[in-house]
Amino acid sequence: MMALALQRIGHAYFGRTVLDAVDLCVGTGEVVALVGPSGSGKSTLVHIAAGIIDPVRGKVQRSYRRHGMVFQDPHLLPWATARGNIAYPLRMTRMGRRDRQDRVARAAALTALEEDHLDKYPVELSGGMRQRTAIARALVVEPDFLYFDEPFTALDVALKRRMQDLVIDAAAAAHFAAIFVTHDLMEAARVAHRIAVLDVNGRGVAGSRPLPGDPGTRSDRAVFDLVQGFLTDDPLFRHINDIDERTAA
Amino acid sequence: MQTSTCRLRPLAAIGDRLGRVARFAWSGWVGLAGLSVLAAIWQVGHETYGDFILPSPLATLEATIAILGDPEAWDILAETAARAVVGFGLSTLIGTGLGVAAGYSAASMRLARPLLTVVIGVPPIAWIVLAMIWFGSGDGTVVTTVLVASTPLIFVGAAEGILTRDRGLDAMARAFGAGPVKRLMTLGLRHVAAHLLPALVVSLGVAFKVAVMAELLANIGGIGSELAQARANLDIATALAWVLIAVGGLIAVEYGLVHPVRAELERWRTAAQPWGIKR
Repeated sequence: MMALALQRIGHAYFGRTVLDAVDLCVGTGEVVALVGPSGSGKSTLVHIAAGIIDPVRGKVQRSYRRHGMVFQDPHLLPWATARGNIAYPLRMTRMGRRDRQDRVARAAALTALEEDHLDKYPVELSGGMRQRTAIARALVVEPDFLYFDEPFTALDVALKRRMQDLVIDAAAAAHFAAIFVTHDLMEAARVAHRIAVLDVNGRGVAGSRPLPGDPGTRSDRAVFDLVQGFLTDDPLFRHINDIDERTAA
Repeated sequence: MQTSTCRLRPLAAIGDRLGRVARFAWSGWVGLAGLSVLAAIWQVGHETYGDFILPSPLATLEATIAILGDPEAWDILAETAARAVVGFGLSTLIGTGLGVAAGYSAASMRLARPLLTVVIGVPPIAWIVLAMIWFGSGDGTVVTTVLVASTPLIFVGAAEGILTRDRGLDAMARAFGAGPVKRLMTLGLRHVAAHLLPALVVSLGVAFKVAVMAELLANIGGIGSELAQARANLDIATALAWVLIAVGGLIAVEYGLVHPVRAELERWRTAAQPWGIKR
């Protein structure tokens, strides 16, 4: 059963092609890590999939009910408290006040946000707490599909790990499907069922590799061996760490 | 535990609000200190140049109280205030509407920029003359002049607000299915408010000043006409008293209306300040 199907997606910014003929399918309950070198158009692809930008070519077929999204920058409303921020997506629905409060409380519990954190403004929260709030905001709509656009790139190593665990646990509990964009293979190997690699120039998906077992059941040793195996033996990952910041837009 | 915090939240919110009001009132002392400095300099001027050139602050205050004791003076004050507020209200509506539209459309913003320069460049006094020809001696003249003088400020504030909005928040709202109207209501206008309020404070002051000026030049009642009369009688104390009344009216509107609204909208900024410099 497919949750999301991207067919022949192509996109260009001011005439410069960033994506061309990308096909990608995500099954129900499947977490796909989308990796690729910097500037390969990963972010553009999830933005298209989530409906933030309309693709120049191709078709997006969504078979899920609702989606949520977590960005690299938390994108919290500075004038609203954490509680108000988490409730923001519910303002698009016709939900009563009491129901909204219940939903916010549930989402906050899932991300281990405490009551006194909820009444603080984003400026009063640390970077990790802000990202936690952003994750709670994505979960509050009770999505069956989630988009993660390099959500933990700006966090330090320890915090990153905690956030990954949070996502793994939430995915296991709520059974949502997801696209998780990252350029960190270790992260991809921890959180996903499958790794899809975008072509260096955004010309389609170069290939994908299923990962053994479920996320959260792999030991650190296994994750490390997986990544080493990909980097040394698998030609698919040859260009993954290529970056030329002079040509990257 | 969940229910008890829920029940306590309204109480806490009221306490929070009272605290903010008290803090705001307490900050009034600083304003009073600043005004006292002005009064002291005024007193020095009075003692140097004598009663005829510059009456003392106390004498002016007495004249003010004498004027305010007369119910007719309140009608005059209300007349000027009504003209200024109507002009201000109209320019807020027009300026905000056009500014928001121009902020979203880069082409109309480019078209509007030179027009703004022209409108701002024409001195208000020229508008008064034109408005007198067009509308005769009546409310229309004053309101038109106020409108022309304060709309550009508000327009620029609103347009800047939309132009500098956080595109990332827009993307976030789109990801959660917000249409253009919902995005304008929940993000755009909220961001505009931060830029618009300072512009509103300035243009409210402009509205009062221009209203008095237009009344004085067109001799159509209100505080302006009283000032013209005081000038004709060389009654400096009365003239200064009317100035004091006009400024007092402005301060009442600004601190009674504009600042509380602003404080309510900018709570998060106060939260960002380190402890100890909250006022």
